[in-house]
Amino acid sequence: MKLGILINEGPYQHQASDSAYLFCKAALEKGHEIFRVFFYHDGVNNASRLTEPPQDDRNVVLRWSKLAETHHLDLVVCVAAALRRGIKDENLAPGFRISGLGQLVEAGIQADRLVTFGD
Amino acid sequence: MLHIINKSPFGHETLATCFRMAQGGDVLLIEDAVYAATPGTALESLIKAALERFNIHVLQPDLDARGVGAEIIEGVHAVDYGGFVDLVTRNATSQSWL
Repeated sequence: MKLGILINEGPYQHQASDSAYLFCKAALEKGHEIFRVFFYHDGVNNASRLTEPPQDDRNVVLRWSKLAETHHLDLVVCVAAALRRGIKDENLAPGFRISGLGQLVEAGIQADRLVTFGD
Repeated sequence: MLHIINKSPFGHETLATCFRMAQGGDVLLIEDAVYAATPGTALESLIKAALERFNIHVLQPDLDARGVGAEIIEGVHAVDYGGFVDLVTRNATSQSWL
């Protein structure tokens, strides 16, 4: 089944990104396809390659990048939400791309299910 | 339909609102909402009444992360992330009560 994911909260502040990541991993292990992960509102902060968490903590941003690389995920960051928060192409973590809300609408249409993680 | 609740019922109204508005189906408690599944609280009777209309599930890893995974209210069904995925695929739609 094709699944779309919407993440509305940033890393380390709220559990949304952690929950979504573990959900995606479980879905991929079960053979489902992640059609797209869309980062909106404060969720765009998950895409900053400038984050440097302590070494003994989980690296939320890197974790998404690695999952995207392994499973060819489409990690899309909302452009308006990103520019408001200083997320630009030059500080975007690997595997993420900046695009518009149309990508969320398309995920809602193309995916069989859309699951929202937020606050 | 799958209703996903992620807030503690002791500080937010989302679980109570969901029970009041929704027409039955599956309810999944994740993140701070897992406290609703712990027995012996003021809300146990609300959960038990809701079990007559809803299938209530709780995410075990989030219970464990909060140290309350030892016991849950009878009738509530514990799931892992794989079970979360199954609930999403089994239901045609899901609503996150944020």
